[in-house]
Amino acid sequence: MSATSTAEPAFVAKTKTGRITDFVDSRVGGSGILREFGRKVFPDHWSFMFGEVALYSFVILLLSGTFLTFFFDPSMAETHYDGGYIPLKGVEMSVAYSSSLNISFDIRGGLFMRQVHHWAALLFVASIAVHMLRVFFTGAFRRPREMNWVVGSVLLILAMAAGFTGYSLPDDLLSGNGLRIIDGVIKSIPVIGTYISFFLFGGEFPGTAIISRLYMLHILLVPALILLMIVLHLFMVVVHKHTQYPGPGRNDNNVVGYPLGPVYAAKAGGFFFIVFGVIALMAAFFTINPIWNYGPYDPSPVSAGTQPDWYIGFVDGALRLMPGTLGNWHVEQIFFGHVFTFNVLLPALVPAGILFTVMFTYPWIERWVTKDDREHHVLDRPRNAPTRTGIGVAGFVWYCVMWAAAGSDLIATHFHVSLNDVTYWLRALFFVGPIIGFIVAKRVALALQRKDREIALHGRETGRIVRLPHGEFIEVHAPLDEYKRYKLVGFESPQVIPAVPNEHGVVTSKEKRRALLSRWFFEDRVAPATPAELEAAHGHGHEAVEAAEGSKSLTH
Amino acid sequence: MGNHSDGSPNHSGTVATAGQNEVEKFQDPGIPPHRLRLADTDPKAAKRAERQVALLFGISVVGTLIFLVAYFAIDLGDDSSIATIRLQNALLGVGTAFAMLGIGTGIVHWAKALMPDHEVSEERHAIRYEEDRQAAVRIVDDIVEETGIKRRPLIRNTLLGAVALAPLPAVAIFGDLGPRPDDKLAHTMWAPQDGKRKRLTRDPDGTPIKASDVTIGSAFHVIPEGLNELEEGKLNEKAKSVVLLMRLDPASLNPSKGREEWGYNGIVAYSKICTHVGCPVALYEQQTHHLLCPCHQSTFDLTQECKVIFGPASRPLPQLPIAVDDEGYLVATSDFHEPVGPSYWERDEHERNINS
Repeated sequence: MSATSTAEPAFVAKTKTGRITDFVDSRVGGSGILREFGRKVFPDHWSFMFGEVALYSFVILLLSGTFLTFFFDPSMAETHYDGGYIPLKGVEMSVAYSSSLNISFDIRGGLFMRQVHHWAALLFVASIAVHMLRVFFTGAFRRPREMNWVVGSVLLILAMAAGFTGYSLPDDLLSGNGLRIIDGVIKSIPVIGTYISFFLFGGEFPGTAIISRLYMLHILLVPALILLMIVLHLFMVVVHKHTQYPGPGRNDNNVVGYPLGPVYAAKAGGFFFIVFGVIALMAAFFTINPIWNYGPYDPSPVSAGTQPDWYIGFVDGALRLMPGTLGNWHVEQIFFGHVFTFNVLLPALVPAGILFTVMFTYPWIERWVTKDDREHHVLDRPRNAPTRTGIGVAGFVWYCVMWAAAGSDLIATHFHVSLNDVTYWLRALFFVGPIIGFIVAKRVALALQRKDREIALHGRETGRIVRLPHGEFIEVHAPLDEYKRYKLVGFESPQVIPAVPNEHGVVTSKEKRRALLSRWFFEDRVAPATPAELEAAHGHGHEAVEAAEGSKSLTH
Repeated sequence: MGNHSDGSPNHSGTVATAGQNEVEKFQDPGIPPHRLRLADTDPKAAKRAERQVALLFGISVVGTLIFLVAYFAIDLGDDSSIATIRLQNALLGVGTAFAMLGIGTGIVHWAKALMPDHEVSEERHAIRYEEDRQAAVRIVDDIVEETGIKRRPLIRNTLLGAVALAPLPAVAIFGDLGPRPDDKLAHTMWAPQDGKRKRLTRDPDGTPIKASDVTIGSAFHVIPEGLNELEEGKLNEKAKSVVLLMRLDPASLNPSKGREEWGYNGIVAYSKICTHVGCPVALYEQQTHHLLCPCHQSTFDLTQECKVIFGPASRPLPQLPIAVDDEGYLVATSDFHEPVGPSYWERDEHERNINS
């Protein structure tokens, strides 16, 4: 299909598509690109789809969001509702809220587009988060992909920013209370908090400026940044080529998979329509953000069981977990006549700060500890990196505890337990949960590695019990073929790297710390099985087992 | 399983070692042999797959038609009910879903069943080549060298200073995003105007409240007199001045010194704005005399002057001093004696100014 015009006896495209390709190419010169990408090989695995889901959700967000901008009016001017929704007729409200109601009730397909937009937004952040978990647990952030990990982390933050700025736009009671909480958090910032609050809201909360300002951020600045980051992200994916899972025939010097055209392009392209279809189904049947039930924003009422969108939940949960008083001691303190609102500052900044700092720096932390500066294109199975898996699970558990805390009141009412007890338990889990998570995950990973070794050396359990001629009962193990076995043994098991002196012959304290961490990382390890061990395993009496396997027709 | 640790300090923990033959590894057997699919060998199966793909594309066409019918046949007139909107939303969604899923699953099925499924191996190229790398480093070095920036620290330092200061106007130009806060957060509408005390009125209709209407155990959501008549900034004022009014058995209130006269006959008024991050403290537990904020569950005890007894708030809710006027209506004798709502940097200073 590709055409070049340099061949000596003039190359003539024979098919119609070939001629079109040639026409375009001779005017814009894309043959080099097509030659590079037309058959580029992409590895295939279900876990590689999360990033695609994120990309496609973003496309759907752009499409549905553009539709919504044609009808939405981000003004906070007062108006009296005069639309199709009877219960709110004549109620005083902002133009923004009124136009959101009009989109829902008076514009055909408007409600559908609103629901598509909101569901796609929730899915966008969720798929980025799951994609990052996949990348973390498989070690795909290692050299040469550290920078792309950082770009991805920025994308997560931007996605949350896009979500939050959009969430507030309808100016309904629920999102207004969300803004009020944000205002309270901003005011707790030392020195400049009050000013930032006044500058953001154009005066006192809620003012008349915030919706139009958030609107500009939501439809212009944040999406432009997201688009820029996506371009960078994908550009680097092309430069690095995709990682692949370990297995027979796969190593750091090759890519095994399907060519972009036609198989991979068809699968990935078809997947866009599937994501769109699933979001459409959700929008059709599951109500999201029914703003008409909440009413317009009013600083006085609030509904019980208020929840932010899921991705803001962990910050809200942290705010709930923090005690404001310890006995009679106030966490809020006054120093030199100024207020330090630690009961708001600490939970709003510290957990998120730790999560994002560790997230951004983790590739370099691990590189420093392991002294592993090689390029990695083959992924780790999570079990084969037990300490990293433990760290990831610890962070995930920590996040989930905070996230669950954002629903502490719903947990209490749903399970008929005391709200205070739920909070006390979650406060304990905030500290203990990650530790338990780390230990359990690391042990499970090591146990799975041992299981892999067992299977690689002794074969898989068939569940058939055989009685040998001398009366002994054994379970028949079926040996693995070499491809399956290689999947279980073909991994690296790094060892502890003790502290080494630098060029002056001094072991620095930093190097000692590194050695300590290295020990913590790799002390507990399971080495991959070797051919010699397989030989040995067969040596002590397993021929009988495999012989039994061979003669199974006799034993039945 | 390999050997367990012998307990020596170098090998603590659960180490399963591979014995002496660490270097020896299983050889990569290469990509497993390709297995043909049914559609590769059986023309009938291939034909069947072809028909399935076509059927899926056909379903997509049906979905598109459903969408169009739902859009044009269902009219959202002025009298359209919620049920009509729900029906249209469901049909538009189902139509879109069929249209999209039909195309999507059709293409994927086509790719998986009929397009070649040979896995191919491609060499990875180095991200950069050694000579490129050296050349790039040399070029950067040359560029830096030719600028002479290392040899001329005066130029470097003045440039750094200029570049560091240049963004300041870009920050300063946002100065008019909002007014200076000054002490706006310290005052509310409750302050008596021209000597006339403000009546406590019901939220939202603004009718004044007679002390005799407030029975023991009852609670009122209260706004200041005149709030609804404000031409502008109504929500701003409301966000600071909303109050909860409750009546308890006077014996259960324990007013501290100086606050004995702030209530009337067991009727007390407290700011409704949470001292944590500003949500309305809207839940009154009549039996326990607790006020609960539904956002973050800060709990305040009315019998201890709204002291925090649970949750993330750190300060009690501010109390509004109230009395009864000649006609028997409740009035505020003064503004709050401290700023209401969440804490902020200048709050303590404002509180001292109010009380001096």
